[in-house]
Amino acid sequence: MVGHHHGGSPVSDGPTWADLGRAARAPGHPVVALAGNPNTGKSTLFNALTGLRQHTGNWPGKTVLLAQGVARHRGKSYTIVDLPGTYSLFASSVEESVASDFLCLARPDVTVVVADATCLERNLNLALQVIEVTDKVAVCLNLVDEARRKGCECDATMLEAELGVPVVATVATKGRGLGRLMDTVAGLNSGTITTRPKRVVYDPDVEEALAGIEPLVTRKLPPGAATRWLAVRALCGDMGALELVGDMSALELVDGTGGAVRKVTEGFGLGPAPSWPAARSTTSTAGGKSS
Amino acid sequence: MNPPQSPVTVADRVVASLYRRAESIAAKVIAPRSPAQDLTPVIDRLLTSRLTGFPIMLLTLGAVLWVTVVGANYPSQVLGRLLFDLQGWLSGAMTAAGAPAWLHGVLVSGVYRTLAWVVSVMLPPMAIFFPCFTLLEDLGYLPRVAFNLDAAFKWAGACGKQSLTMSMGFGCNAAGVIACRIIDSPRERLIAILTNNFVICNGRFPTLIALSTVFVSQVVQTTIGAGAAAALVVVGIVLTGIVMTFGVSWLLSRTLLRGVPSFYTLELPPFRWPQVGRVLIRSVIDRTVFVLLRAVAVAAPAGALVWVLGNTVIEGHSVIAHLAGWLGPLGRLMGLDGFVLVAFILGLPANEIVLPILVMSYLGSGMMVEMDSLESLGILLAAHGWSWATALSYMLFSLLHWPCATTLLTVWKETRSSRWTFAAAAIPTAVAVIVCTFVAGLVRLTGNA
Amino acid sequence: MARTNEAERKGIGPLALLAPGEAGLVVGLSAGGLVRRRLLDLGFVPGTVLRAVRRSPLGDPTAYSVRGAVIALRAADANNILVRRAPESTGATAAAPDD
Ligand SMILES: Nc1nc2c(ncn2[C@@H]2O[C@H](COP(=O)(O)OP(=O)(O)O)[C@@H](O)[C@H]2O)c(=O)[nH]1
Ligand SMILES: [Mg+2]
Repeated sequence: MVGHHHGGSPVSDGPTWADLGRAARAPGHPVVALAGNPNTGKSTLFNALTGLRQHTGNWPGKTVLLAQGVARHRGKSYTIVDLPGTYSLFASSVEESVASDFLCLARPDVTVVVADATCLERNLNLALQVIEVTDKVAVCLNLVDEARRKGCECDATMLEAELGVPVVATVATKGRGLGRLMDTVAGLNSGTITTRPKRVVYDPDVEEALAGIEPLVTRKLPPGAATRWLAVRALCGDMGALELVGDMSALELVDGTGGAVRKVTEGFGLGPAPSWPAARSTTSTAGGKSS
Repeated sequence: MNPPQSPVTVADRVVASLYRRAESIAAKVIAPRSPAQDLTPVIDRLLTSRLTGFPIMLLTLGAVLWVTVVGANYPSQVLGRLLFDLQGWLSGAMTAAGAPAWLHGVLVSGVYRTLAWVVSVMLPPMAIFFPCFTLLEDLGYLPRVAFNLDAAFKWAGACGKQSLTMSMGFGCNAAGVIACRIIDSPRERLIAILTNNFVICNGRFPTLIALSTVFVSQVVQTTIGAGAAAALVVVGIVLTGIVMTFGVSWLLSRTLLRGVPSFYTLELPPFRWPQVGRVLIRSVIDRTVFVLLRAVAVAAPAGALVWVLGNTVIEGHSVIAHLAGWLGPLGRLMGLDGFVLVAFILGLPANEIVLPILVMSYLGSGMMVEMDSLESLGILLAAHGWSWATALSYMLFSLLHWPCATTLLTVWKETRSSRWTFAAAAIPTAVAVIVCTFVAGLVRLTGNA
Repeated sequence: MARTNEAERKGIGPLALLAPGEAGLVVGLSAGGLVRRRLLDLGFVPGTVLRAVRRSPLGDPTAYSVRGAVIALRAADANNILVRRAPESTGATAAAPDD
C-alpha cells in the first residue's frame, strides 16, 4: 500500500507497487521508470515518449498517481512509468513514498533520472540516491535550453564521468535528445551498455554500520532488491524502510550488527537520534535510550 | 558548526555526504557564462507583492471569466439554433416514420432536447475557460496564488496546498478531491476534501454564466457592459465560495477535525513559457471533450427520465409537479421553488444537467417555447416567476449544495469512510440551506422581490 | 540563557528572523522526526547558504532560495532551522530581495 507510513491515511486507491510491477512486466515489455525532482519535465518527457496526453501543469505535486504508457523504439515496446516528483528517496511525504517504493521494490528494468539542468546540484542529490538503488540507470539532463538561456552550460560528458552512468541532454518540450535517450535505455536494458555508478562514500563509522545492516536486510528481502539503499534508510531511522524489510524491529537491527549501529546512532555523545522508531516488540525503544 | 541545540543524527550525516558530493560534482560540470537573465524574480515581485499581489489575482480571475462570458455568448446562440433546427428535422422524420407519441416524447423532447441544451450551453464556455485556466496553470501561477493565500489557510487550520486542490476543483471537483492526496496530514486532507465542493466546477460554471448573463442583461444594455457585469456577478459567486471554504475549514478545524496546521512547504517553480499550441489541444481534448462526454452520458438517460416523470400524470398532475409541490415550501423559504429543488435532486449524477432538467420540467408544465437562445431561457424563467433574486438564490444554491455523484464516489474512494462521504454531502447542503434562506429573508425584508 | 546570549552574539537564530534579501548559513535543525527528514530532503542541510527572497502579502509564509530552488516556509516551521546571518547581508551590500 502506497500510503502506509501515514497513520491510517486514506490514500490507497491507486495500484500498489507490486501490482504495477506485475502488471507492467508484460513479456518483452521492459519497465522504464522516470524519477526526478518536481517540475523537471518528467510528465512532458512521458507524453513525448508515449504520446499519451497527461496534463502537465507547472506546480509541484500535480502527479500524485503513477501514470503508465507504452513507448515504441526501434521496434520494441517499453512500459514507461511517470513517478511523482520527489527531492529524495527517504519517503518523508506521500509522493516520495510512492516513488521510492516503486524504485526499491517494483524494480523497474531501467530507471531514468530526469534532472533539471538549471538547478543541477539539487537534482544530483536525488540522482546520487537513485544510483544507490540500481545499476540500470541513466540521467536525462533536461531543460538544457532553459539552462543556456540562464547562462549556465553543463558538461554532460564530464557529468557522465563523475556519476559513472550515461547522461543524455534533452529538451523534452521540443523532443530534442529523446532518440538518444531511448537508445541509452534500450542499451541499458539489453546489457549492451553497462554502468559503473560511483556511489557516495559515507563517513567511516556509517559505512561500518551499513556493512553490518546490509546482510540482515538482504535476508528479509526478495533477491535483487535495493538492499544497500534500504540499509541506509533503516540506519537513518526510516520507519517505512523497516516496514518494507518485513517488519524488522529497530532493536533487531541494532542487536544484529554487534554494536556498529549503536555506535553511529549515539555517536559523539550528542544524544539519541531523534527519529528512531519505537520497536514493535515489547521492549520499549531501540537505538539510544541508554545515553 | 553544530550548536548544542541540534544534535546531529545519522540522517543528517548521510544527507550531508550526499549533498557534499552533489556540490562537488555540480561545481565541476557547470561552467557559468554570462550572468543570468531570468525574469522569474521580476514577475514574482509583481505577483506576490503587498501592493499588487491580490489585485492581480482578482483581475486575472475577472479577466478569465469576462473572456469566457463574452466569448461564449455568440457561439452558444449559433450552436443552440443549429441543434434546435435539427430537432425540428428529427421530429418531422419520426412523425413521418409513424413513431408513437410516447417514443417521440422520450427521444426528442426528452433525450435530444436535454442533450442539445447541455451541448449548446456548456461547450462554448468550457472551450474558452479551460484553455485560459490551463495556460495559467502551465505558466506556474497557481503556486503564487497558494503563496499569497497561505496565511488565510493557516488561520483556518488548513494546509496551504489546499489552494492547489481548489484550483483543480475549478476544473472538476472529483479531480480536486483526488488532488488532495498531495496534502500529507490526514486531518488537513479531509478538510480539503470536504470543502472542495465550494469551488465552482465546470459543470456549474456554464449555468452561472447563463443565468448571470440573462438576468444582468435585463438591467444593463450594451453588450460589453453586460458581459462585464455578468462576469462581475460570477466573480462574486466564486469569491463567496472561497470565503465559505475558509469559514467551513475554520469551523472543521475547531470541531470535527480539531488540530493545528502541520509542517508544510511550498515550492515556487520558475516561470516557464507554456507550449501554447499543446495546451490548447490538451485542454480541449482532456478536459472539454472529456467533461462534455460525461455530461452527455448522464444527460441522455436523465432527459428520458425527466420526460417520463413530467408526462406521467397522477390525479391530474405530473409526478414532477407532485414532487415540486411537496418541496415547494422549502424551496420558497430559500427564494426558489419546488421545481428547482426537484431539478437539483434529479441532477445528482452531474451538475451540468440541473438547469436542463429544470427547463424540461418547466416546459413540461404546459408552456412551449423555442429553447434556442439565452433570451428564451430568460422568458421561460420569468414566466415561472423568476426575478434577479431567484437567480441569485439559484446561483448560491448551485455553488453551495451537495457535490455531484461522481465527486461523492471519489470522496468515498479516497476516505473509505461512509461517515466522511456523508459529511461531504451534508455539510455543503446545510450551508446552502442556511445561506439561501438568509439571503431570501434579506430580500423579502427589503421588499425587493 | 547564557547559551542564548552567546548564540545571539554569533548572529545565530531561527530562520524566520531573516528579512527578505538577507542571506544566512544553516547551522542546525531543531526539529526531529519527519519534519527534520523533510527539511533535510529539501536541502536545508547544515552548511547550506540560503537567502530569504520574499514574503507573502499577508506576512507569512516567506520564500527562501535554497540550493537553486525557491521554497516557502511558514514562520512556525522556519523556526526549526537555525541560521547564522551572513555578516555582509545586514549592511548596504545586501542583495536585492530577488535571487
Ligand atoms: N523550456 C523547457 N521547458 C520544459 C522542458 N521540459 C519541461 N518543460 C516545462 O516545465 C514544466 C514542468 O514540466 P512537467 O513535465 O510537468 O514536470 P514534472 O513535474 O517533472 O512532471 C512544464 O511547464 C513544461 O512545459 C524543457 O526541456 N524545456
Ligand atoms: Mg509530473
